[in-house]
Amino acid sequence: MLGNLTIDALPFYSWVAISGAVITVGGALAVMGGITWFGLWRILWREWLTSVDHKRIGIMYVTLALIMLVRGFVDAIMMRGQQAVALNSDGYLPPGHFDQIFSSHGTIMIFFMAMPFMTGLLNIIVPQQIGSRDVAFPFMNSVSLWLTTAGAGLVMISLVVGRFSTAGWTAYPPYSGIEYSPGVGVDYWIWAVLISGFGSTMTGINFVVTIIMRRARGMTLMRMPLFTWTALCTSILMIFAFPALTVACALLGLDRMLGMHFFTNDAGGNMMNYINLLWIWGHPEVYILILPAFGIFSEVAATFSGKPLFGYKSLVYATVAIAFLSFTVWLHHFFTMGSSANVNTFFGIATMIIAVPTGVKVFDWLFTMYRGRIRFHPSMMWTIGFIVTFVIGGMTGVLLALPPADYLMHNTTFLVAHFHNMIIPGVLFGYLAGYMYWFPKALGFTLNERWGRRSFWCWLIGFYLAFMPLYALGFMGMPRRMEHYSVAEWQPYLIVAALGACLVLLGIACLIIQLVVSASEWQEARDDSGDPWNGRTLEWLTSSPPAPYNFAVLPEVGDIDAFFDMKRRGAAYQRPARYQDITMPRNTGAGPILGGLAFALGFAGVWHIWWLVIASALGMWAAIIFRASNDDAEFRLPAGEVEKIENQRFEALAKASRTETENPAPYSTQPLPESPT
Amino acid sequence: MTGDASAAAASPDAHDRESPDVHEQRAFGFWLYLMSDAIIFALLFATYAVMVANTAGGPAGKTLFSLPNAFAETLLLLFSSLTFGLATIAAKSANRAGVLAWLLVTFALGLGFLGLEIREFSGLVQAGAGPDRSGFLSAFFTLVGTHGLHVTFGLIWILIMTGQVVIKGLSVPVTSRLLRLGLFWHFLDIVWIGIFSFVYLPGGL
Repeated sequence: MLGNLTIDALPFYSWVAISGAVITVGGALAVMGGITWFGLWRILWREWLTSVDHKRIGIMYVTLALIMLVRGFVDAIMMRGQQAVALNSDGYLPPGHFDQIFSSHGTIMIFFMAMPFMTGLLNIIVPQQIGSRDVAFPFMNSVSLWLTTAGAGLVMISLVVGRFSTAGWTAYPPYSGIEYSPGVGVDYWIWAVLISGFGSTMTGINFVVTIIMRRARGMTLMRMPLFTWTALCTSILMIFAFPALTVACALLGLDRMLGMHFFTNDAGGNMMNYINLLWIWGHPEVYILILPAFGIFSEVAATFSGKPLFGYKSLVYATVAIAFLSFTVWLHHFFTMGSSANVNTFFGIATMIIAVPTGVKVFDWLFTMYRGRIRFHPSMMWTIGFIVTFVIGGMTGVLLALPPADYLMHNTTFLVAHFHNMIIPGVLFGYLAGYMYWFPKALGFTLNERWGRRSFWCWLIGFYLAFMPLYALGFMGMPRRMEHYSVAEWQPYLIVAALGACLVLLGIACLIIQLVVSASEWQEARDDSGDPWNGRTLEWLTSSPPAPYNFAVLPEVGDIDAFFDMKRRGAAYQRPARYQDITMPRNTGAGPILGGLAFALGFAGVWHIWWLVIASALGMWAAIIFRASNDDAEFRLPAGEVEKIENQRFEALAKASRTETENPAPYSTQPLPESPT
Repeated sequence: MTGDASAAAASPDAHDRESPDVHEQRAFGFWLYLMSDAIIFALLFATYAVMVANTAGGPAGKTLFSLPNAFAETLLLLFSSLTFGLATIAAKSANRAGVLAWLLVTFALGLGFLGLEIREFSGLVQAGAGPDRSGFLSAFFTLVGTHGLHVTFGLIWILIMTGQVVIKGLSVPVTSRLLRLGLFWHFLDIVWIGIFSFVYLPGGL
């Protein structure tokens, strides 16, 4: 009845694991209790979980990402704590548990923190930036969200029921095969990654169609805001890269479940094929994550420097070049596999070439700031912190791109330091910049800037403290993923790294305090104008938060910085003679139901509960067929209703312009004088 | 259909309407899905190429594959593509009975294909040449089986569309779904030609 699931699945093997399970279950119960206490289930289900509104889906994605950021960070600080004390001792984590922690840290941070954060920001902003009322496929958008959530749920439940993988976030065979990892851990990894991967593929399709086919009139490709350009390139990468992940995971799963021999040691398996397949996805994935962050930095740099982007065209071409090149470098993740020198050289050179368009971007951002009127909003500080730090990571990357050097550094903490140096400033700083920049657009009030700055400094200094020692340790020969060690010279560096992790913890605490403080003062921080930063792109034309349909009248675009151009011409905020009915998608429970069934499918697959596998798969098919046959998924919002909403909007605008005359400084809608660059 | 989607992709003038045509968007989205699916098949083909020699002392394609069987499968699938095309033509001239008839013929041909494939697979498994025998056979079963799974989904979809044509008639949404089903069905045909040329022909000769 329950397959392989028995009472032994509960985590009684280490007190740390027990407390993790208790905190997870307790946290879930506390949240559910709170919702019940305040009687919010109905509104949560009707207005949020079943919503197909891209802005709400985006907010839910970002919420998921922030929760998983905390979970992934707990893993990180546990590892740093263990390594700080584990000189000639076992520390406080048994080896099997330490291995689960580094595996879940990577898995969570990539698949369930960075991906949902990125997808959430895309969801909230891209349709507004291109002057559209919604994404192309609102229902599929909801399904993507719930598949991602189902995958995250599988990783979370592995804390309580059974164990997570010990094979690292990349699950290399033959270790991840059934012979060496007979437990359920790798299966949890496979199902979580497969399910959320389908969600990501669908997100990619959704956004390519949205950006290609739903742009406002006049918005040619070369007038798209840079964030939209990066979203387009990222979505294309998702469509083409995620199938490789699907194939790699599915074949590994077939090896494990049906005894096949794709990656086994014996019977004709070829484990290096897995590593190729995984990185054919894995390297583009780096750019899937980082390109939207580049887009955010571009928007933030232009807005808070009060200037148009320097070298818009070169930024577009650099983005496209990076997207293309991202498919030509995957082998640099395993130079030591033993390909011929010629093959390694090809991939080494291709890797170094990527530094060129990236360098172009860095100079474009610098020149955007040059002679601008820079406002040190936290988003701008994340951007500047990124530029400085990212260049260091880029240089160590070019170093690693040399195959002979890579042979020395491979699998050391130098590599760990390098990719964290790319992903923390490059990806996470970008998303946090976007989070603080677009928060008022999503929720209607600005975030407290003081706590934002504090969070930035904690993160920045914490990052340097945590990862610069790892570069040194890599040169000293310390392998990654060590549960304990016996080289006394390593310990001081590891203690500094642990202190860095503590500072990052403070940075995360500041983020939480910022949210609480801003929410409690939200009345004073209300964004009535919808344009709190004197923005340049169309998302600032809508109210904050936007009406469900974003634009009562679809805008017409005449310039790259479409909204700034409208403000300059005095064409923004014009009342139309009359409003029209607007067709809107209906909310539907099919998305969360599909997510729930996908979760059940994954859980049953992990524990070999075959009846539940079949039942949930059939349920998913029934839900898809039922939904796909539905020709009545939309409703009309009558013009009168639109007019009512828009009148409120114009009242708020009038109020905002009154406050502006009292305090005109940073929020002026007057164009700032442009510097002669 | 292709023309519509790519024309809309190329020129911003296609956005002169207040809301872009939802069926055009769906067609374009479906093309993107097919491209994504094509990558899955491409990687399975590549994996097969890597594994084809890894027979681990077990049987190789030469002893296992039956070219007449693969030829029969090919004929069934190619003709099913033709009959689906005829169903599409019938849909264009709003000939409901024609659509239903050709859909059912397509279904029968696809079912025949699937029957032959299942017979081949079970024969192999009974002969001790199942997917757990060697890396080569794992790759063979996975590549051909993934295609067969797609055909199965296609058959279910054909049944659903038959039901929709009966119940709802050839309405705009139903016709647009039929067109996407057609894309899917012809795509499977193309993948099969790859399988026939790269798996059965070199293996069976």
